[in-house]
Amino acid sequence: MSTINYSEKIPNNVNLSEDRTLQRALEGWQPNFIQWWDDVGPEGSTNHEVYLRTAVSVDPSGWAQFGHVKMRDYRWGIFLNPGDANREIHFGDHKGEKAWADVPGEHRANLRRIIVTQGDTEPASVEQQRHLGLTAPSLYDLRNLFQINVEEGRHLWAMVYLLHKHFGRDGREEAEALLQRQSGDVDNPRILGAFNEKTPDWLAFFMFTYFTDRDGKFQLSALAESAFDPLARTTKFMLTEEAHHMFVGESGVSRVLARTAQVMNELKTDDPARVRAAGAIDLATIQRYLNFHYSVTIDLFGADQSSNAATFYSSGLKGRYEEGKREDDHILKGHTYKVLEVQNGQLVEKEVPMLNALNEVLRDDFIKDSMAGVARWNKVLEKAGIPTRLAVPHKAFNRQIGALAGIRMSPDGRVVNETEWTARKGEWLPTDEDFAFVASLMGRVAEPGKFAGWIAPPATGINRQPIDFEYVRFN
Amino acid sequence: MDTLTTLVDNGMLKQHLIDPEICIRCNTCEATCPVGAITHDDRNYVVRADVCNGCMACIAPCPTGSIDNWRSVPVARAYSVEAQLGWDELPPELTPAELARSAPATAASAQAAATAPAAPTAPSEPGTQVFRPAQYGASVPPWSAAHPYTNLFTPKSPATATVVGNYNCTEAGFESETHHVVLDLGSMPFPVLEGQSIGIIPPGTDALGKAHQPRQYSVASPRNGERPGYNNLALTVKRVTMDHHGNALRGVASNYLCDLQVGDTVQVVGPFGSSFLMPNHPRSHIVMICTGTGSAPMRAMTEWRRRLRNSGKFEGGKLMLFFGARTPQELPYFGPLQNLPKDFIDINLAFSRAAGQPRRYVQDLMRERAPDLAALLRDANSHFYVCGLKSMEEGVVMALRDIAHDSGLDWEQVGPALRQGGRLHLETY
Repeated sequence: MSTINYSEKIPNNVNLSEDRTLQRALEGWQPNFIQWWDDVGPEGSTNHEVYLRTAVSVDPSGWAQFGHVKMRDYRWGIFLNPGDANREIHFGDHKGEKAWADVPGEHRANLRRIIVTQGDTEPASVEQQRHLGLTAPSLYDLRNLFQINVEEGRHLWAMVYLLHKHFGRDGREEAEALLQRQSGDVDNPRILGAFNEKTPDWLAFFMFTYFTDRDGKFQLSALAESAFDPLARTTKFMLTEEAHHMFVGESGVSRVLARTAQVMNELKTDDPARVRAAGAIDLATIQRYLNFHYSVTIDLFGADQSSNAATFYSSGLKGRYEEGKREDDHILKGHTYKVLEVQNGQLVEKEVPMLNALNEVLRDDFIKDSMAGVARWNKVLEKAGIPTRLAVPHKAFNRQIGALAGIRMSPDGRVVNETEWTARKGEWLPTDEDFAFVASLMGRVAEPGKFAGWIAPPATGINRQPIDFEYVRFN
Repeated sequence: MDTLTTLVDNGMLKQHLIDPEICIRCNTCEATCPVGAITHDDRNYVVRADVCNGCMACIAPCPTGSIDNWRSVPVARAYSVEAQLGWDELPPELTPAELARSAPATAASAQAAATAPAAPTAPSEPGTQVFRPAQYGASVPPWSAAHPYTNLFTPKSPATATVVGNYNCTEAGFESETHHVVLDLGSMPFPVLEGQSIGIIPPGTDALGKAHQPRQYSVASPRNGERPGYNNLALTVKRVTMDHHGNALRGVASNYLCDLQVGDTVQVVGPFGSSFLMPNHPRSHIVMICTGTGSAPMRAMTEWRRRLRNSGKFEGGKLMLFFGARTPQELPYFGPLQNLPKDFIDINLAFSRAAGQPRRYVQDLMRERAPDLAALLRDANSHFYVCGLKSMEEGVVMALRDIAHDSGLDWEQVGPALRQGGRLHLETY
C-alpha cells in the first residue's frame, strides 16, 4: 500500500503531498482503515459497483461527481472549506481574536476529546448498518445506504486528518482507536449510547438517518463555529454531505407512510392487523419507532446542565447552532435558559445559567428542526386523507441522560407510575413483536425500478437519473 | 443586480423554484449560492427571482433534486418570495392560454406609473441580442460611499419604532395617496444611509396563519435623521388599492402604514442594502431617475446634499433629477420639490396622464437632455440611480445607451465601466 500516490489517490485541498509527516501518518493508517472497511463495513459488497457521488473538490462543480465505483476504491478525500485568513472568533471569551490555525496548548485535551467523540460516531454508524444491504427494498435505496456509508467513512477521514495533523502521537493513537472500538461491542463499545444500538431493519435505518444524523448536523454546525479554524472548515464541508443522509431518512419515512396510507385506503381500514396482513407497516408501529429513535437521539446532546458545555463555549471550542445568525452578546455570561427537572413527581421549568445549559439549547434547536420534518410527514397522511398524525414524544420521554433520566413519562408528557409504564410501554416503544414483524417484511429487491411492498417509490431518481436506473451493479 | 441575464428571454423569465414537497430544508443551497439568491423561513426555502442568475451552482449539491425546478413566467409576474414562502407545493406550469393573457406587453401597459414599456423596435446595435438592462446595474457601491450597517434587526428580533409623523405627501382629495411616514427609533441603534431600505412587519398573520413577512421600504430621509440630529427616519408609502392588473387589492403593509397614528409602534427590521449608496466625494455628480415612491432614496440623497450645501464642499457637483408620475397631483413631495433652488438641483418632471398633454415618460425627458447627460456620462464623477417600477429599467438604461452612442461614446465600454465603478444603480420592483 505504501506505493500509493496519496496526492492522486486521496483528493484533497490540504496540500497533502507537501506534508511528509502527515503523509507518512496517513500511509500508516490507510491500510488499517481498509481492513476495518472489509471487516465491518457493508456486508458482501466488495464487488458491487455503486453509483456514488464523490467529492473531488469543495466548489459546487467538484463536490458532486457521480459514477459507478467499487466502494473499496472510493476516493476518501480530505476537504476543508476555503479559509479566511482574517476570520475572527465570534463567541466566548476569545471573541474578536483571530481564529486559531493550530491547537492552543491549554485547549488541547478538550479539542481532542471533541474530535474523537465526533469521529467515533462516523465508523459506528457504518457498523450499525452493515447488514442492511442484504435486505434493501430497491437498488435506489441500496445505493443511498452505500452513499451514506462511504461518506461516513470520509467523515472519519476528516477527523483522522485533524488528529494526525494537529495532535501528534496522541492523535495517531486516537485515530487507531477509532478503528478498534466497535458498535455494540461489550468490551470496547463506541463512545455514545445511540451508536451502540442496533439498526435492525430499514424503518430503523430511515429513523436513524432522520433523527440521529440530524444530531450529527447540529453537532457539526456547532463545531463549524469553532475558534479552531481547521475544525470549523472541515465540519462545514461535512455538513454538505450530511444533508443527503437526512434526505434519505426524511424521504424514506415519507415513502413508508405513503405506502401505508395507500394500503389503508385500498382496504378502507385503519386496523393495524389488516394493514400488516397486507404487507405494509401500520402507523402505530411507525410512531413507536419514531418515539424510540427520537428519545435515544436527544440523549446524544448530553446532560441538560453541563460545565463542560460551558467550558467548550467560553473557550471558543464549540459554538451554538447558527451562532453567527444569533443576536446576543455571544458571551452569554449572566444569560439564563429554562431547563426541565422533576420536583415532587412533577416536571417544572427552572432557570439556569445559559452557559451551563448549552447542551439543552442545542437539543431544543434540534427538536424544532425535527418537528418541522414530522409535520411534512403528516402532510403525506393528510394528502392521502388519513386522519392519524405522527408526533414527536415529550422531551422527557424515555430519557437515559441528564436530569430527566429514568423518569417514567408518557409520550404526551404525563409523569406516570411504574405500573402504568410497565403496562403501556408496549404502546409507546417498539416491542420485540414489532421488530419481528418489520423484519419479516425485509427482503432484498434487486431488480431496477422495483420496490418492496412496504415502501413507495421516490419522487425522483438520484442525479436526475430515472428511478429504474441500475444504481448498483452486483457483478 | 447582475441578474436575469441568462434567464430572461423576450420578456419571459425562466424562474428558478424549489419544490417544497421534496425539499428537506438542509440549507445546502443557501450556503452554496454565490449571489445570495436563496433564503428561507421556518417553512420553506425559496429563490429570489430578481437575484438568481441561473449559474446552477446549487443544483448538484442539492441532496434531493427539489432545487431543479423551473417555471416560465412573464417577468412582471414572477413568483415573489412571499408567495413562495406560503407554498405547500409548486404551482402548475402556466397554460399557453394563461401565458397569452399575461404576455409582457399587456402586463406592462397596465402599469400605473409614468414609465413606458420599452418599445420592442427601439434601436439596438446591429447584430446584438435582446437588450438586457440589468447587466449594467452595479453590485458595488461608489468608492466614496459611507460604510453601511445591514441586518442589525431580523424578523426574529425586530426593533420597535414609534410613529412621530404620518401625512399624505401627494395632493389630498385624489384617489391615489402616498404617505410620508416618520418613525422614531428612540435609543435603538439603527443607523441608515441614503439608498438603504428597512423592513416593516405588519401585525397579525396572513391567510395561512403565519406571521407576515417584512415588507421593504426605501428610506426617504438622510443619514442624520428626518429631523437632523434625532434618531428618526422617513418612509414614502403608496397606499396600494389595486394590483398590477387593476383588480381591487388592499396592500397589507401599505394600508397598515398609511393608517398609523402618531404614537403607534411598528416592528422594523434591517437596515438592508449595501450598494445603492451615494457618493460622498467633492465634485461627485448624482443623476436620479425615478417614478412614484421610487423617489424615496432620491429625496434622501437630495436632502443630504442640501444639508451639506453650506459647507461648500460639493460646489461643482451636479444633482439632476428625472421624476415621473401619472399626474402632478400624484407626485410625492411635489410642493417641496418646487422650492429647491434651481442652481442646487436640475429637476425634470414627466407626467404620463396629465390632462390635455401628451404622455411623457422619464426616458423622453432624458433624451431631451441628451447633451447634458452625455457630458455627465463622460465624467467619472457621475453616478446614476434608477428607482421605480421594473418596467422603467429597460427604457431608462436604453436611453442612456443611445445618448452615449449618439455622442460618440462606446456603450460597450461605458456600460461596464459604470457597473464596475458602482456608478449605475438599478433598484426596481
